[in-house]
Amino acid sequence: MKQHLYQQPLAAVLAEHPYIEDFLTSFGLTVKPETISLQEFLDHLNPDLLEDLGLSREQLAHNLDEFLAGMLALQQPLDKVTSLTIIGGRNKSGEAENLELTLQPGEVTCIVGPTGSGKSRLLADIEWVAQGDTPTGRKILINGQVPDSQWRFSTEHKLVAQLSQNMNFVMDLSAEDFIRMHAESRLVTDPEARVRQILEQANLLAGEQFRPDTPVTSLSGGQSRALMIADMAFLSTSPIALIDEIENAGIDRKKALDLLIREEKIVLMATHDPILALMGDRRLVIKNGGISHIIEASAAERRNLVELEALDNRLLALRNRIRAGETLEQI
Amino acid sequence: MRFLTISGPPSAGKTSVILRVIEALQARQRKIGVVKFDCLLTEDDKRYAQKGVLVKKGLSGALCPDHYFVSNIEACVAWGMENGCDYLISESAGLCNRCSPHINDITAVCVIDNLSGVNTPRKIGPMLKSADIVVITKGDIVSQAEREVFASRVKQVNPGAVIMNINGITGQGAFELTSLFESASDITTLKGRTLRFSMPAALCSYCLGETRIGDEYQTGNVRKMDMEG
Repeated sequence: MKQHLYQQPLAAVLAEHPYIEDFLTSFGLTVKPETISLQEFLDHLNPDLLEDLGLSREQLAHNLDEFLAGMLALQQPLDKVTSLTIIGGRNKSGEAENLELTLQPGEVTCIVGPTGSGKSRLLADIEWVAQGDTPTGRKILINGQVPDSQWRFSTEHKLVAQLSQNMNFVMDLSAEDFIRMHAESRLVTDPEARVRQILEQANLLAGEQFRPDTPVTSLSGGQSRALMIADMAFLSTSPIALIDEIENAGIDRKKALDLLIREEKIVLMATHDPILALMGDRRLVIKNGGISHIIEASAAERRNLVELEALDNRLLALRNRIRAGETLEQI
Repeated sequence: MRFLTISGPPSAGKTSVILRVIEALQARQRKIGVVKFDCLLTEDDKRYAQKGVLVKKGLSGALCPDHYFVSNIEACVAWGMENGCDYLISESAGLCNRCSPHINDITAVCVIDNLSGVNTPRKIGPMLKSADIVVITKGDIVSQAEREVFASRVKQVNPGAVIMNINGITGQGAFELTSLFESASDITTLKGRTLRFSMPAALCSYCLGETRIGDEYQTGNVRKMDMEG
């Protein structure tokens, strides 16, 4: 496939694989849809120009080869992740965790424990697909097996997508351009449809609506999170969604979680919020660098969730009254 | 001795990443030396010394920093060998984006940060494009979408590199990077090695201290912009 590409006329190659033009442009080269082949184009590059650009012909050829291999791989469907298994290691005192826990798509697992207890290490073990080679000695299996080490370094097929608490947007783009840029980097087939879908879903999650042309830097905290959760659900190929708390402001947290569950993500969420914690299927309690125990959500907790949600809705209604400029003399 | 060249734009977080890796290497009882190259001033040698690593500081002053680097790096490697280091790390900032300290068959790392903008990977030359490992920092303060776009732009200009996200503040990912360092190039001298890419040259009157502006003062390797095009 790859070798064949080099022999085709540039015009045909660029029409069929537009990302090749983008690749060459990113090295400061200009390429036109001509009749010469890609190979001839590379062979005839001016050595002085390459010197100015800090490129050698061998390195460019090598990079293009690797790039094409990556792009062709990106278009291959991924093996579906049907389970993630954590095999316990040890805590900071060297005591065994004694557990084997399997998480499935559509499940929400909460991670609780004080700051510094080892929550980040657990998340890092999962992201690195640890095989007893991290300080905790944990092992991570995918679909019940020791996975291919490509998960560790792949940028296009990352195992974990992460939504961190102190996230900002640093790009000066509108919401739609922002999502489009992300969609294009992922080579999705119909970027426009995907952009519309994500903006629509984000607006269903956000307390206050925003328009496609709103700059991402003007979105509220809730709107930003809504946009990133919708993006995670529909654009990210990562089967695992890692969420670092969802504050109770400007976003419907239940709907947000439901969206990720519907899209068959394995959701891991570090939270201390009682409602979010009870929405999960289970809680991993982290102490002294290890998973000390696991709490499965009980029927009694589920019942209490209803009451907590009622409380939460009451607070939310009061918040909306404040926003609308009303007084709270009567509540 | 394992030797690595680490470079990257100013303020990308090179020193912080190296410090986190050093902590992980020290946990494995490794003796580490660092050579810090800078231009005018650096206090980073103190940060390294605090960690108990052997540190050497090189300030290029009025010379081109990367030319200064390549004139001194062989002696630095000899210094690391004499002191019995298991690891020697050279840290230098690529200031003009066309320079690169990377040496053939020596593990080359480029550190670049998410805040520098998605077009930055394209603007950096062989320092990024020929690196074996690219470390992307400051991922915790940008969105997942921006992290993915940035990584894909890095991947575009250096598709063969191992690309890792490291948080220089919390150290997330540093342990994993350290395990790559354990298989870095193992050498005893740099004699006879070659740079991965030649450095930009000037050799003009301004190299020799000329300050006056005007055609009549310009001699040597001078190039003019095309003002017609």
